[in-house]
Amino acid sequence: MGSLFEVVPADTQDEVPRRRVTVTVNGTPMSAVIETRLLLVHLLRQAFKLTGTHMGCDTTHCGACTVLFDGKPVKSCTMLAVQADGHEITTVEGLAGPSELHPIQEGFKEEHGLQCGFCTPGMMLSAKALLDRNPDPDEDEIRWALSGNLCRCTGYQNIVKSVQWAARKMNPQQGQEVSE
Amino acid sequence: MYPPRFEYEAPETVAEAVGLLVEGHGSAKVLAGGQSLIPMMKTRFASPEMLVDINGISDLEYHRRDADGSIRVGALCRHATLEQSQVLADHQPTMAAASALVADPIVRNRGTLVGSLCHADPQGDWAAVMASLGASVIAQGPTGERVIPVQEFAVGPFQNALAYDEIAVAAVVPPPKGKPEGGYLKMERRVGDFATAGVAVSLDRSAGGVARAGIALTGVGPRTIVAEEAAAILVERGLDPDSIAEAARAAAGAAQPKTDHRGTAEYKRHLVEVFTSRILKRIAGSSEEAA
Ligand SMILES: Cc1cc2nc3c(=O)[nH]c(=O)nc-3n(C[C@H](O)[C@H](O)[C@H](O)COP(=O)(O)OP(=O)(O)OC[C@H]3O[C@@H](n4cnc5c(N)ncnc54)[C@H](O)[C@@H]3O)c2cc1C
Ligand code: FES
Ligand code: FES
Repeated sequence: MGSLFEVVPADTQDEVPRRRVTVTVNGTPMSAVIETRLLLVHLLRQAFKLTGTHMGCDTTHCGACTVLFDGKPVKSCTMLAVQADGHEITTVEGLAGPSELHPIQEGFKEEHGLQCGFCTPGMMLSAKALLDRNPDPDEDEIRWALSGNLCRCTGYQNIVKSVQWAARKMNPQQGQEVSE
Repeated sequence: MYPPRFEYEAPETVAEAVGLLVEGHGSAKVLAGGQSLIPMMKTRFASPEMLVDINGISDLEYHRRDADGSIRVGALCRHATLEQSQVLADHQPTMAAASALVADPIVRNRGTLVGSLCHADPQGDWAAVMASLGASVIAQGPTGERVIPVQEFAVGPFQNALAYDEIAVAAVVPPPKGKPEGGYLKMERRVGDFATAGVAVSLDRSAGGVARAGIALTGVGPRTIVAEEAAAILVERGLDPDSIAEAARAAAGAAQPKTDHRGTAEYKRHLVEVFTSRILKRIAGSSEEAA
């Protein structure tokens, strides 16, 4: 795939529609001059070298490319990079520091929530958006929230367990019967 | 896949957006949720020279119920907002039921109801839901607004009634003529699939009778089908086991399904009958419980 971005001086004049964008990615503002037709997934992977966001189907079906856009899961293969200008993006690299694991990542490790790992970044970001909104989801709520993310390996069982593991770790009180 | 090249504009008001469409002279397209348009551009089914991104027009980001009981959905109201809407949960059961069945949760965070109507996909769920409610689209162009009934809005597959310089700013459901009841049932092969068949039923009930009925079908014809005869049976005769069975048969009769990878024509017709009857029985049952 040829590169659709190129760092050019801001005053370059030619026929190709370009824009300068500044996106806060995992808390850090990052800028690039891009063709307007560059997709968000390309900006993240090719320009910003954040290759944790995977491109699976490229047709808006699989959810491997899921990132959080202002906190909500979106398919980054189906958003223009220019649309992220001035917004906040969280990718899998932003879940925890380089030598740490976020409780969701730990959950996937502990419960074997992945095999090939291709769907995993998208799964974890959908899971994060769910747990941010609903810290104590039941199994149906987890399956519902992840239903836009396809996995060809695991059969989903362990992914659900991983999210349950993370929910317990992030909020130790929950899910326990309150005895009076 | 990259979309073809285009000029990108992100206006902050509807007037500015309309101005850009006027300038574009038919070569510009509105970008709402992008959940249909961007895939179409990637696959070269669409290659507009200019995209007018309306996501920055915060005035379009609303849905509300007005004092007269009508419901208005702005062009930037996402499927996910409607899925979580208390307004719909309290006042509009057909829309509430459908909102969780459109596409998948990630697509629902971006895609819009008004964008779905504009996209005019014969498989689109909102078109049937809004047709069953007798809703309209509000179009705004350089000379002002016009109101287009949903049934006249889709003029063909993937073709709507907007002029090149018009933006659909909202969809409006008229005030109910009684207590609004209804539902939407959809057979999908998996989450995110378009309907094998879908049925939208909307009834306004008053004093034990049916003051208004609308039944519309998804995925069983070249366009959204409005089953007028089925609806008329319910208005004339109210809800009883016989009228329900007859309306369900009439709805199945109105369907024009084709055999394809989602199922045979017979199967889809059967689904329409079962879904119609299921929704109506539930409505009849719940009003008995309440009585
Ligand atoms: C994987 C997947 C599964 C899906 N499944 C379903 C499904 O099961 N049922 C279903 O109904 N839909 C489904 N969809 C489509 C989805 O609902 C889209 O969100 C919707 O069809 C288009 O809305 P949008 O806001 O994304 O519009 P866009 O993609 O932005 O626009 C679509 C078209 O409408 C025009 N347009 C949009 N808004 C306006 C406006 N305000 N004024 C004038 N023109 C406008 C655009 O120019 C374009 O031509 C699916 C999509 C995907 C990717
Ligand atoms: S790569 Fe974006 S949905 Fe599959
Ligand atoms: S782990 Fe392989 S696709 Fe999910």
